[in-house]
Amino acid sequence: MRLAVVSAWLLAGPVGLALATERPPPGASACAGCHVEGAAMGAIDGRPAAEIAAALAEYRSGVRPASMMSRIAKGFSEEESRAIAAYLSRQRPPGPEPSQERP
Amino acid sequence: MSPTRRALLATGAAFAWARPALARAAAKVVVIGGGFGGATAARALHSGGLDVTLVEVNSTYVSCPFSNEVIAGLQPMAAQRFGYEGLARAGIRLVHAAAIGIDADARRVTLSDGTALAYDRLVLSPGIDLRFDAIPGYDAAAAERMPHAWKAGEQTLLLARQLAAMPEGGTVVLAVPGNPYRCPPGPYERASLIAHVLKTTKPRAKLILLDAKDTFSKQRLFQSAWKALYPTQLEYVPLAEGGQVSAVDPGAMIVRTDFSDYKADVACIIPPQRAGRIAAVAGVADRSGWCPIDPMTFESRLVPGIHVIGDAAIAGAMPKSAFSANAQAKVCADAVIDLLAGRAPGTPKLINTCYSLVAPGYGISIAGVYHPAGGVLADVEGAGGISPVDAPMALREQEALYAADWYRTITRQVFG
Repeated sequence: MRLAVVSAWLLAGPVGLALATERPPPGASACAGCHVEGAAMGAIDGRPAAEIAAALAEYRSGVRPASMMSRIAKGFSEEESRAIAAYLSRQRPPGPEPSQERP
Repeated sequence: MSPTRRALLATGAAFAWARPALARAAAKVVVIGGGFGGATAARALHSGGLDVTLVEVNSTYVSCPFSNEVIAGLQPMAAQRFGYEGLARAGIRLVHAAAIGIDADARRVTLSDGTALAYDRLVLSPGIDLRFDAIPGYDAAAAERMPHAWKAGEQTLLLARQLAAMPEGGTVVLAVPGNPYRCPPGPYERASLIAHVLKTTKPRAKLILLDAKDTFSKQRLFQSAWKALYPTQLEYVPLAEGGQVSAVDPGAMIVRTDFSDYKADVACIIPPQRAGRIAAVAGVADRSGWCPIDPMTFESRLVPGIHVIGDAAIAGAMPKSAFSANAQAKVCADAVIDLLAGRAPGTPKLINTCYSLVAPGYGISIAGVYHPAGGVLADVEGAGGISPVDAPMALREQEALYAADWYRTITRQVFG
C-alpha cells in the first residue's frame, strides 16, 4: 500500500514537473530578459529555428544592422547559436496578452 | 512533515535505484532576498520541481532600475513598486521575515520571527549594504540630509523632493564611489537626468559630479552627450582632478575633497558598498565585503552549500546589474537542480545588457557575454561593448524605447 502511494506520487508529482522542463543551452535563458510579447524587441519563443539561427548569423557577421544584438551574437559560435535557436523554437509561443498600448 | 514525505523518507532507499530524481524532488532550497536575482531564482528552482521558500523582509519590492527617472520626475514612484503576489500565485512559498542567522553545518536559516528553515542548498541574493563607515561624516543620519538614493524607496523620493525644491542658481553635488559598486553606469545616468532637470527648470543651476575614479562605464557616450546637451549644467571632476570625496559635513552641506570644499544646495552621496549583511553572517563574504563564487554554479568559494548571486557576488567581468542578477539566477538555479540530482552542472554562458538614459528619448547601452575562464566569469572576446559613439538620433531614440520596454519586460517576468 505504502509503496503504491509512493510510486504514484513519484510519477505524478514534482518529478514529472521537473522532467517536463527542457534545460536551455548555454546563453538561451537570458533571451527572455528582453524578447517577450509586447516589447519593442519582439518575442522569439516558438519562432522557427532556422529563422532565429539565420538572424543570429547575420547579427554575428554584421550583415544585419542592430543596436544590441550584433554585440551579443558575436559571443556565440555557429553551433551555440543553432542550439539556442532550436531551444527557443520549442518554447511555447506567447498567448494573447492583456493589451498594453504604447503611445 | 506531510505523511507523503514521511512515507517517502521511510522508503526512499528502496526506490533510489529506480528514481535518481527522488532526491531532487524532495530537496529543499531556501532563497534569501526577493530582488531581481532572488525572485528569479525562486521561480526557476520552483519550476525545476524543488521545494522552494523565498525569504524577503519587505512585502513590496522597490526597483532601482528606472529610479533615476523618478528622481528626475520622469516616472512615477508607483512604477517602481512590485508586490510578491505574482510569485505566490506561481506557487512559491514566501516568508516575509528577516534572515538573521545561518548555520551552514546544520544547513539551517534562523528568521527574525523565531522560526528556522532547513535547507539542502541555500541561495543568497542579498543585494548591497551601504558602507556608512567609509566616508568620514557620512552615516545613516547624514543620508537623511544628503541622500544616497542607491537603494530605491524613501531615499529616492527624498532626493526628488530636494531637487524640485532647490532654488534657481543652486548647486547639486553628486559623489560617485570607486569600483566595485551596484550599477556601474547608474551614477552617470543620474547625473545626466539631474542635468536635464536643471536645464529645463533652473537653467542657471549646476551639477558637480565628483568621481573617485578616472574611467567609467559608457564613458565616451556619456561625455559626448554631456558636451552636446549639458555644456553649462554638468561639471565632471575625475579622481585625477580631485574628485574623490574625503569627508562630508551634512550640517553645513559641505562635500570635501583633498583639493576643495564644495558647498551644496543638494548633495547626493553614493558611498562605497558591500554585500548585503546576511552574506557576512553566513561567512560567504571575503575581506573585500563581496562574495567569491564558482563561476559554473555560483556556489560560494568559502562555504559549501550556499550560492550567491546578483550584486553581492564577485562575478568577474559581469557588472552588478538587474539583468546580470536575473541571468545569474537562472544559471545558478540550473546548477542547484543538477547538484541536488547528483549531476555535474554544464558550462554556462551569461549575458548582460544595460540601458541608460542621458535625456528623455536619448538612450545608450552596454552589453557583454561571459563564460567561466580561469576560475572567474570572463568576457567572451569579440562580443559586447557600447552603443556606437557616432550614431544618428534615431538609434538613441530606439535605445530609449528599448530601455523602457526592457524594464516592463523584466519586471513582469520576475514579479508579474
